[in-house]
Amino acid sequence: MAGIMASSGIDRRRRITNRAMTGLVYLSVCLAISPLVFILADVAIRGASVINIDFFTHLPRPVDVSGGGIANAIVGSFVMVGLASLMAVPFGVAAGIFFSEWPESRLSTVSSFMNDVLAEFPSIVVGIFVYVLVVLATGTFSALAGGMALAIIMIPIVARTTEESLKLVPRNLREASMALGVPRWKTVLSIVISTGKAGLFTGVLLAVARAAGETAPLLLTALGNSFYATSLMQPTAALPLLIYTDGISPFPQWQADAWGAALVLILSMLALNLAIKLTVGRRMSHARPEN
Amino acid sequence: MTIEMQKGREDEAMKEGLTVSTDVRTVTFGSKMKTRGLRAWFGKSEVIKGIDLDIPEKCVTAIMGPSGCGKTTFIRCLNRIHELTPGAKVQGEVMLDDENIYGPKVDAVAVRRKIGMVFQKPNPFPTMSIYDNVAAGLKLNGVKDKKLLDEVVERSLKMGFLWEEVKNDLRKPGAALSGGQQQRLCIARAIAVQPEVLLMDEPASALDPTATAKIEEAMVQLKKQYTIVIVTHNMQQAARVADYTAFFYLGELVEFGETAPLFENPQKELTERYITGKFG
Repeated sequence: MAGIMASSGIDRRRRITNRAMTGLVYLSVCLAISPLVFILADVAIRGASVINIDFFTHLPRPVDVSGGGIANAIVGSFVMVGLASLMAVPFGVAAGIFFSEWPESRLSTVSSFMNDVLAEFPSIVVGIFVYVLVVLATGTFSALAGGMALAIIMIPIVARTTEESLKLVPRNLREASMALGVPRWKTVLSIVISTGKAGLFTGVLLAVARAAGETAPLLLTALGNSFYATSLMQPTAALPLLIYTDGISPFPQWQADAWGAALVLILSMLALNLAIKLTVGRRMSHARPEN
Repeated sequence: MTIEMQKGREDEAMKEGLTVSTDVRTVTFGSKMKTRGLRAWFGKSEVIKGIDLDIPEKCVTAIMGPSGCGKTTFIRCLNRIHELTPGAKVQGEVMLDDENIYGPKVDAVAVRRKIGMVFQKPNPFPTMSIYDNVAAGLKLNGVKDKKLLDEVVERSLKMGFLWEEVKNDLRKPGAALSGGQQQRLCIARAIAVQPEVLLMDEPASALDPTATAKIEEAMVQLKKQYTIVIVTHNMQQAARVADYTAFFYLGELVEFGETAPLFENPQKELTERYITGKFG
């Protein structure tokens, strides 16, 4: 034993290699997260100055009038993401269940592949599609069109995360249920979904976060609005749209508003992600079976 | 167990006037289930190669054999769970009270209600309480009567030898129990739907000796009402709990008979070599 414990040339070399590699890993991590830190810091510094109560409660004001806000964009984002969720969550979850629980079906494999393709679709193309389908048909840019475009973005995300979280449900739980003489569909609806619901919930929230930050599909569907929209069939403001239009405007005050809106959007994404981590972390801790 | 020890026990049995049947297959009993020409595959590999076995009613029948002999697959064919595995295939007949459960008009779901199963790893439903775990089979099959459910849960937990330990914690999550308790919970869950046959796939292989003893105790009680088939690679366990034992090797039935004679006077060399620990 003494021979093994005694340090030798090989041991020294291993120690040095170990330290060097550890250092390299730390360095890589720092490099990888530095863009995030820089962007966050930059947005926070530039955006914080415009944020006050008025910023959340007032409409945008003309260039030379102070005290403007982004209330219309916040409301518009909520409305459209809400609409999109109403449309996307049922379809997405249903598709995810189908992919995960009926993998032997030809339709399941084909549509699962299609789902991947849809997930990779450039979001501007989704915008054009809905523009043709809804905006041209109804003759107006609208929250409805915006919501539909966002729903198309959300469906593949919801479907994929639903599938992944249901696939994590151990096979032996399905068998336990089937062995009790419970039909397959009931096993899926009661046992599988209730066991995998934490992941399913995460998927929905992730999709919401993604939809809330999408800009391109809204450019061609919701268009944006300097005022509140009074119906779903009017052009509607949204946070990403406001960031885009104000950000490229020549007026420093509007640009500042764009920074503020960006900060609001990023912070709400952060809050949403944190909420996901907390709820899921807690649920998973006692929902996870031993094996 | 050495051959000498085994001989000694055999002599003892002789002295006590017990007759050790030399032809174990002549034993008669009422069979609950019969398999005829049962074959099963995973993809292209045949793991059960034509098995004819009669399973006696209200007895414990042990399926014994070395790893990979197909014993687990065999009992998974008895309640049509095997076919749920992608790529799995079954051929032949499995009779339950003279009805082929693989018959063209038979609903596999209905079969599984009559033939319950306890799995190798305890698998309580993690999101459900102890109570709901036991009631799951009935609830999911549409039983809503609260009083009936209460009764069934209590009776099943008692039969699973778990009632005394959990009667004040029925609302606690089933997954919070110890491994041995979880397995007895799974037994209670399986008998709550009142099957006729209970299949147990190495139910104690993940448990310590104390927990194992409790499961075995439960089995001895359960066989008064149920026909039990247990897969085990533990010969002592088979000797302790089983009335009948079948020895499987490489997907074939080598020998079947009453447990004591099979252990003490195996008819096939393969059985003897396995029992005496020469392979396995």
